[in-house]
Amino acid sequence: MADPVEHGITANQANSLRHGPDERGHFGGWYGGRFVAETLMPLVLELEQAYNAAKADPSFQKELDFYLRDYVGRPSPLWFARRMTEELGGAKIYMKREELNHTGSHKLNNVMGQILLARRMGRTRIVAETGAGQHGVATATVCALFGMKCVIYMGATDVERQSPNVFRMRLLGAEVVPVTAGAGTLKDAMNEAMRDWVANVADTYFLVGTVAGPHPYPAMVRDFQSVIGEETKEQMQAAEGRLPDVVVAAIGGGSNAMGIFHPFLDDSSVGLIGVEAAGCGLDSGKTAASIERGRPGVLHGNRTYLLQNADGQIDEAHSISAGLDYPGVGPEHSWLSDIGRAEYVGATDTEALDAFQLCTRTEGIIPALESAHAIAYAAKIAPTLPKDTLLVVNISGRGDKDIFTVAEHLGVKL
Amino acid sequence: MSRIAARFKSLAAEGRGALIPYLEAYDPDLETSLALLKAMPAAGADLIEVGMPFSDPSADGPVIQAAARRGLKAGATLPGVLAMVAEFRKENAETPVILMGYLNPIEAYGYDRFCTDAAKAGVDGLIIVDLPPEEADVIEKPAEEAGLDIIRLVAPTTSDERLRYVLSHASGFVYYVSITGITGTRTASKHDLKEALPRLRAATDLPVAIGFGIRSPEQAATAASIADGAVVASVLLATLAETLDADGKATAETLPRVLEQIRALAAAVRAGVPAADQTA
Ligand SMILES: Cc1ncc(COP(=O)(O)O)c(C=O)c1O
Repeated sequence: MADPVEHGITANQANSLRHGPDERGHFGGWYGGRFVAETLMPLVLELEQAYNAAKADPSFQKELDFYLRDYVGRPSPLWFARRMTEELGGAKIYMKREELNHTGSHKLNNVMGQILLARRMGRTRIVAETGAGQHGVATATVCALFGMKCVIYMGATDVERQSPNVFRMRLLGAEVVPVTAGAGTLKDAMNEAMRDWVANVADTYFLVGTVAGPHPYPAMVRDFQSVIGEETKEQMQAAEGRLPDVVVAAIGGGSNAMGIFHPFLDDSSVGLIGVEAAGCGLDSGKTAASIERGRPGVLHGNRTYLLQNADGQIDEAHSISAGLDYPGVGPEHSWLSDIGRAEYVGATDTEALDAFQLCTRTEGIIPALESAHAIAYAAKIAPTLPKDTLLVVNISGRGDKDIFTVAEHLGVKL
Repeated sequence: MSRIAARFKSLAAEGRGALIPYLEAYDPDLETSLALLKAMPAAGADLIEVGMPFSDPSADGPVIQAAARRGLKAGATLPGVLAMVAEFRKENAETPVILMGYLNPIEAYGYDRFCTDAAKAGVDGLIIVDLPPEEADVIEKPAEEAGLDIIRLVAPTTSDERLRYVLSHASGFVYYVSITGITGTRTASKHDLKEALPRLRAATDLPVAIGFGIRSPEQAATAASIADGAVVASVLLATLAETLDADGKATAETLPRVLEQIRALAAAVRAGVPAADQTA
């Protein structure tokens, strides 16, 4: 029987939470969209066409699968964290080991997909924004792999607190441009990357690092990251014979979370929890908790929850973790929060530091400070849950880049 | 007839294009920017663009970014910008005022209320940089009801097909962004402009103004003669910035220097195409 189509969405798709966004790039009819200058509109539309064509081309998926397996190192394991589970005395904690990917985080999943697309589109120059530097490193890595020119915009504050990654990017042949506007963090890097793109439309591909920006980026980055959730589903099935009960992930722009959440959206028994950076506390005024403390608005090409003042000026975010230090969030998360399908909570700088140490000490895994926010919340709820509860934490990255920050907070001189 | 339409019509009758200078509201403070706004028509401004400062002007170059920062530091808010235009309107009933900025402050203000209040303050049109026609349904109806024009930007990257689509959502005039890039960086060649105009004329009966990268009186005269108007922004803001003291405060130089520059631009626009250019 034919599936009737309305607003570009078939009736069958309408029964799923996984069909979004609509043809305007809107999630739930309001979030997302394409809020860019007219100079960029033709590029954004061209990108959407190119991505749709690639998605429909089996040879594109085949090529991506090859690189994901032999270069990125997928699949990543689902690890049962026995000692952490015993120490916390509640839910069974599993860790999705995205930190084992080449370059040390989930970022390469998306970057691999987009660089193959950029090549299909004949682009020769790549620009990207980065916060923690993980996305910048991943981007510089594939540019080295394919011999492409690479320019990375990074806030000056972040250049300082993530210096090992800056050095890695430069070794990989990228030009790293420190951005001094604003607080010198991810938001400012994003502005500068967009300015570069406007000025270099002919040869440049803007390789966005999270599920934000104008349509099709939020959907495309989500699709490339969904391999995390798909593997998790299979691996949990193999390990426990069923779906997990709770999935917990940290939220910066929201790509590692969207990647692990998306394949579970229609499995209503699976609780999805996004952990935002509460910074010095949700009510301290120094947070990066856009969903919990922000209001919907428009920034960087999409409508989403933003930290902003009453006049619609964007606030500076604060987090110990450079990768979470952003006043916005991907638009699909805003929608999932509004409809109650996912829950968004906060973990403070201090809680993340504690969780960083807990994970290192009990599992021998040094997590990224970003991921430590997810671990912090998992560690908070695990003891309150029955022992047969299956809880998955996404370990989005490894923490080698963060040891200087952590040492400083622990009062240790390196 | 709207103030914008009336102004372009009377300039066409004079046989010349419009000079459209830009100022950033509250840059470097309310008093100075209001005084500048009030003095602009006498200095030769035919229409005026007033920038609404935004924290994240991602389509602007360093000069307008710095002006927006100064404006915000001086306490610019959207209600404050509207009050400034209302003050100006007490003295000037003819010169069209166009607000230019980004969407989020308007969304925060509320679309209906903003359009009503802006029209009441004497605003004639809106240029919202990050609002393509695809997303403009939020404001098109309240703007039309309030009698505000939505001025559309089109760029060299805009295809003929897209041009027709974009211009079907335009009113007032068309703003041709003459370069692919951010404000205040490159300048389009006269050759490029001459190539671009017939494409625009074929797609619209609205007046066309050229902006982005116009710095000198000669460039303004050329743009205003090829099209129907020239927008000049970064170079005026750069002049203003040069006159500020070490604390970023206005000095006795600030108004005279910016106004002198506007007078020079206006003189060139009124004189028409520079003689040396006429054959090219
Ligand atoms: C390891 C790691 N996790 C998480 C993030 C946050 O980004 P997202 O929310 O898009 O996953 C970053 C960003 O730099 C990161 O490096």
